[in-house]
Amino acid sequence: MPTFEYAPAPESRELANLRTSYQMFVDGKFVDGAGKPLKSVNPATEEVLAEVATASSDDVDLAVRAARRAYDRVWGRMPGAERGKYLFRIARLIQERSRELAVLESLDNGKPIKESRDTDVPTAAAHFFHHAGWADKLDYAGYGPEPRPLGVAAQVIPWNFPLLMLAWKIAPALACGNTVVLKPAETTPLTALVFADICRQAELPPGVVNILPGAGDVGAALVSHPDVDKVAFTGSTEVGKEITRTLAGTGRRLTLELGGKAANIVFDDAPLDQAVEGIVNGIFFNQGHVCCAGSRLLVQESVAEELLARLRTRIATLRVGDPLDKNTDVGAINSREQLNKIIELSDAGDAEGAQRWTSPCPLPERGLFFAPTVFSEVQQSMRIAKEEIFGPVLSVLTFRTPDEAITKANNTPYGLSAGVWTEKGSRILWAAQRLRAGVVWANTFNRFDPTAPFGGYRESGFGREGGRAGLEAYLDV
Amino acid sequence: MSNRLVSGTAAPRLSVNKTYKLYIGGAFPRSESGRVYEVADAKGAFLANAAHASRKDVRDAVVAARKGFAGWSGATAYNRGQVLYRIAEMLEGRREQFTAEVVAQEGLPLKRAAALVELTIDRWVWYAGWTDKIATVLGASNPVAGPYFSFTVPEPSGVIGILAPQDSSLLGLVSVLAPVIATGNTAVLVTSRARPLSAMTLAEVLATSDLPAGVVNILTGSPVELAPWLASHADVNGLDLTGAPEILQPELERSAAGTVKRVLHAPSAEPDWTRRPELRRLRTFIEHKTVWHPVGV
Repeated sequence: MPTFEYAPAPESRELANLRTSYQMFVDGKFVDGAGKPLKSVNPATEEVLAEVATASSDDVDLAVRAARRAYDRVWGRMPGAERGKYLFRIARLIQERSRELAVLESLDNGKPIKESRDTDVPTAAAHFFHHAGWADKLDYAGYGPEPRPLGVAAQVIPWNFPLLMLAWKIAPALACGNTVVLKPAETTPLTALVFADICRQAELPPGVVNILPGAGDVGAALVSHPDVDKVAFTGSTEVGKEITRTLAGTGRRLTLELGGKAANIVFDDAPLDQAVEGIVNGIFFNQGHVCCAGSRLLVQESVAEELLARLRTRIATLRVGDPLDKNTDVGAINSREQLNKIIELSDAGDAEGAQRWTSPCPLPERGLFFAPTVFSEVQQSMRIAKEEIFGPVLSVLTFRTPDEAITKANNTPYGLSAGVWTEKGSRILWAAQRLRAGVVWANTFNRFDPTAPFGGYRESGFGREGGRAGLEAYLDV
Repeated sequence: MSNRLVSGTAAPRLSVNKTYKLYIGGAFPRSESGRVYEVADAKGAFLANAAHASRKDVRDAVVAARKGFAGWSGATAYNRGQVLYRIAEMLEGRREQFTAEVVAQEGLPLKRAAALVELTIDRWVWYAGWTDKIATVLGASNPVAGPYFSFTVPEPSGVIGILAPQDSSLLGLVSVLAPVIATGNTAVLVTSRARPLSAMTLAEVLATSDLPAGVVNILTGSPVELAPWLASHADVNGLDLTGAPEILQPELERSAAGTVKRVLHAPSAEPDWTRRPELRRLRTFIEHKTVWHPVGV
């Protein structure tokens, strides 16, 4: 297939208003933390973007106390309608500063600008907009009249969707009347600190939102702080289990959004070109750094060869490169550590006998990149079929009967998401019913909306984010 | 229930005492361990020997519950409601037996015990009516911003381990068991240690109603001994700690973290079971599944 030549179309990095240093946000003020400052790196070039202050355990304590004061004196007793107006303000401010946030996110995270611009930032604004309207309608949420907030929420978010995960966490927490202390990921703290500036512009009362950058030790100090009423964590299953053990016996509330190993099932009557697009979106969106990524492709044997041929042709057209280039489809791997993990698991695929195919696309000479990769002839026992790779690596398995497809799809301790591709409506509903996963995308993939609850079964965590079901995580019900 | 001699007009008659066993997979086995322990009434007199279930019995019960899950969770909500209502009918038929057991185990006056039994039956009816309303009340059609049909339905979490209340031998027991199975889960329940007899009589009701084998499995014995195996079992999806020994609760929660079980934490004291329940017990052991499909021609 002929490919078109693309002229580079880079977005201006000036739009990010990048500063050389960033401070933590505690009690309405930007302050230096007593922790060792971290350097946030642009994964596309490995250059240092900025120095960021981090929290010490004393800082964690200060932030929790600020959140407690704000909860007791202001936020917890404020009428819902007023809280809602603050959230509407925040939603609007995110929209106003959307280009700045998108460029900064792509610089810091390595994700393509078209994704941060068209998905991350607008969806983050939508979450604040949606939850703003809940703040004065909680009586109607189905949890009884006048449901109460929980208090101070400790929130720890991952590096794959830094601003969007912040929105998923903060918007419902504030709407329900809680105050928050949030720790962004070590490698992607910058947009959270611009969000803090948005809180300043929105004139949010001091202490309602506190942002503490830092590594795992800050997260651990935060979630185990005795004056925290609720913990919300998005990240690895391993860390999620550790947090659960830490909170055991304390009675504190917890919700977890953990890993996944989603099956994307293609039946023989599926619209193949449409399926190819969905498979590509499912595993190469955000470089595959997606907990609900469709990382296990299950194809009915009779169409496997044809689908794989079409898939490889399509994948070969994906452009890997500068995240700020508007033509880029696949950006940079977020960190050296993550790149090494992807390499290690891919090597395990080779060693265990799967067939590796790598896109012939050119890769940039510097920066952290990994070419889109497809493993075929994968068996269920292989590491690449069982473990979350969290990168642009697809494992292909085949099946013969619908029952076999469901059995293989459910053969995992995870249960976050699944995909189904078939023209037959009754088969879609049949499969959707049997798949043990919190989200099932039929003839589509990776759709998100603040009105649609998202979350896992089994070891993918508990609790939901979004919709009426998501409010339960922040109400004392 | 006791060794008393009943004097009639003719010769005195020795009562036929009941041997209580476990309830696993629709059958009534003795404990694999061969052990029993003595259950006394409120005044300390001998009531019966109850089976002292072992770790192996827990594992057998989990296997039975897993086996029962596909059928029970796959049944229509209407069907589940019918089955649960049938159980209420059978409970009604055994009111006197349950009342006598509550009197014996809890030491309550007859009138009070009879009222609790009636409330228990009504509670079961209440949950029977929930089976086909849970999806309507907790589910949603999501008005997403795009050409997609998106809806959310509640589904059962799977096999749930329940540590039944230690004090309320019947009303408390039913209040923790009924919501778990009403939502389509299957259960492995460890009874009150001191007051296990009405649970085993309930098992007789369940076994002769239309409840499929394996949906409910009941073990008598020591919660201290059995709870850790339930909490760490990789094929158990949820854990209700209501009647768990307080001192063990943190450790049970830590064990449950190993497979990210859904945990219903124990209240600080045994709740007042006569109060109308909230939906929390229904909500804790369900998952929300969101399904998306494009809309277009």
